[in-house]
Amino acid sequence: MKVLSGLIAAAAVAGVATAASAGTLDDIKAKGFVQCGVSTGVAGFAFTDDKGNWQGFDPAVCQAVGAAIFGDPSKVKYTPTTGKTRFEALKSGEIDMLARNTTWTLSRDADLKLTFVGINYYDGQGFMVPKALGVKSAKELGGASVCIQTGTTTELNLAEYFRTNNMKYEPVPIETNAEGRQNYLAGRCDVYTTDASGLAATRGTFENPADHVLLPEIISKEPLGPLVRHGDDQWADIVRWTLNVLITAEELGVTAANADKMSTSSANPEVKRMLGTEGNTGEMLGLRPDWGLQALKAGGNYGEIFERFIGSKTPIGLERGLNAQWVNGGLIYSPPIR
Amino acid sequence: MSAIEYQGPSFKLEDLWTDRRWRAISIQILALAGLFAFLAFIVNNTINNLSLLGVETGYGFLAEPSNYDINQTLIEYDSRSSHFRAAIVGLLNTGVVAIAGIIAATILGFTVGVLRLSGNWLISRIMYCYVEFTRNVPLLLQILLWYGIVVHSLPRPKNALEPLSGIFLSNRGFSVPAPVAEPAAWAIFIAFVIAIAAAIGFGQYAKRVQEATGKIYPVISIGLGLIVVLPVLTYFLSGQPISLDWPALRGFNFAGGMTVTPEFVALWFALSIYTASFISEIVRAGIQSVSHGQTEAAYSLGIKPSWTMRLVILPQALRVILPPLISQYLNLTKNSSLAIAVGYMDVVATIGGISLNQTGRALECMSIVLATYLTISLVISTIMNWYNKRVALVER
Repeated sequence: MKVLSGLIAAAAVAGVATAASAGTLDDIKAKGFVQCGVSTGVAGFAFTDDKGNWQGFDPAVCQAVGAAIFGDPSKVKYTPTTGKTRFEALKSGEIDMLARNTTWTLSRDADLKLTFVGINYYDGQGFMVPKALGVKSAKELGGASVCIQTGTTTELNLAEYFRTNNMKYEPVPIETNAEGRQNYLAGRCDVYTTDASGLAATRGTFENPADHVLLPEIISKEPLGPLVRHGDDQWADIVRWTLNVLITAEELGVTAANADKMSTSSANPEVKRMLGTEGNTGEMLGLRPDWGLQALKAGGNYGEIFERFIGSKTPIGLERGLNAQWVNGGLIYSPPIR
Repeated sequence: MSAIEYQGPSFKLEDLWTDRRWRAISIQILALAGLFAFLAFIVNNTINNLSLLGVETGYGFLAEPSNYDINQTLIEYDSRSSHFRAAIVGLLNTGVVAIAGIIAATILGFTVGVLRLSGNWLISRIMYCYVEFTRNVPLLLQILLWYGIVVHSLPRPKNALEPLSGIFLSNRGFSVPAPVAEPAAWAIFIAFVIAIAAAIGFGQYAKRVQEATGKIYPVISIGLGLIVVLPVLTYFLSGQPISLDWPALRGFNFAGGMTVTPEFVALWFALSIYTASFISEIVRAGIQSVSHGQTEAAYSLGIKPSWTMRLVILPQALRVILPPLISQYLNLTKNSSLAIAVGYMDVVATIGGISLNQTGRALECMSIVLATYLTISLVISTIMNWYNKRVALVER
């Protein structure tokens, strides 16, 4: 009898855990927080602060979404995911959204049934080598051991790049950025390859960053952005437009500090629409009227987030480059909030 | 008598529950039905959820190019090969580390098990410490420890250690000379096979002679001599058709020769040393299960100590040793899936890891991995059970 009742209990649990597709917003409101998938840690992009809270360029998007829904950026819980577990976590409903330097590709969209809501970092795959090796170009890497995170697009690019250039290499598969850093520093591999931003972030954590160089070749396009699963367009819209608010705010000069004042005093109707003092964008998305204002106050606009976590004044030291606003010659561009 | 027990016509439906004889069967049937209902529910639920998500299922992806590279391949493989081939590469890698591990663990385990019974206090204490330390530390930690030792304590390729000429130890692995066979090398292989057959034949002949006359030939030394001398002789007669490919530092890494990756070394050491501690305890228990009277009886018949161990004690001990030894072999094989911790490319890492991840076919890939381990385990246990039956006590 014990066995039977055990089975019934298990079946009941399984029954509860099924079907997590539509109605994501209602589920989130019911449980009181957004469950956000992040990486296991990439300096600047996602890390835990000294209080144990997740911070960084990627969690900032989650915090903005949490604030847009609840008016409180702390209403977010995080699930660290590896390159391997991230999509299963999202598809199974364990997490509501994934903000984890993930590359937007056709097959991830159409085959894995995931919706990329936008791009928050334009990246490309690069190579890092110790300066002492004297390597000047990726074309000189034939025969090298290369540390590579498994289950990533970079793994496929790497194989393709070496094959098309007729070079041999030894792939050293690793699971997390921390493991890659360790193996690279121990000399298990000559080269560490991942998105150039990740390389810069990792190099920033080295004892002597100047002993390592990034090679000039960028061998792929890696547009990184937050994503949700297929099947709930309303939820995808919420995440997409929260990201767009952060981008538009920078373009229009709205910051976390002046947002409250701008929401009433600004002469620009788009600012007012975005901050909820004009029009009904919140109602359209199924959110509170001041959703945009709250999202913006969570961590500031796109530029503020960039400079705080990964910008040129941080140890990561990334230039805006491709990730400057379109008006400044970059690719960061938001559709109008109207 | 039968008339009293016969109760057929009075069977009623409620007897299924109230009659103690029927109740046991009813409960079992209900439990089984419940189990099947539960499994059906899970499968049905999975299929429903997948179709809700619009995820396609099927094994068609196995034929498509894998697009990733693997660092240890026993068969021809590159990034244009199919996912199926990647799975085979992984399976072979699992096989290599499992077989190497089983051999090393058996040798080490039997040695330690016998030494623990040694009369020498120091030796038996050292073995005791080894067993208690290794079997009480989680295997995963041991794998990581060995990996750390190989990667952090060995020098980089440029300053590689060279304990013997042509053998290099570095944190990129162990490079050794590799034999390269020319066409004429098949003659050596044939000589080798003939030598083995001759050794077996001689062994049987010696046994017959011994049974008939009592005369004893040195079977082992003559057999080994045959197996060594014949191929070596052929090697020189056929004009030395096997040459050695020496490893040499070229660019970043050693080229030529054979390189065993640090991942393999770490996994192999950890698996062997961990499993050997269990095997040694099994061996010790087996030997101790044979009563001391057997030894005394053998001595009193004038059988010398080494023969007593080989002909009297071990055959009896093996009956106790074999069944738990089988499960240790199975454990070692299954534990090799911890390879993932150090990035050794076994079947879990290839088809169950990278392929799964790059194609998103989680259920399909995991089902392949499950089936693989189940098959390997069943094969090992079939072989070992057959051997167990051969040495088991035949009761007359």
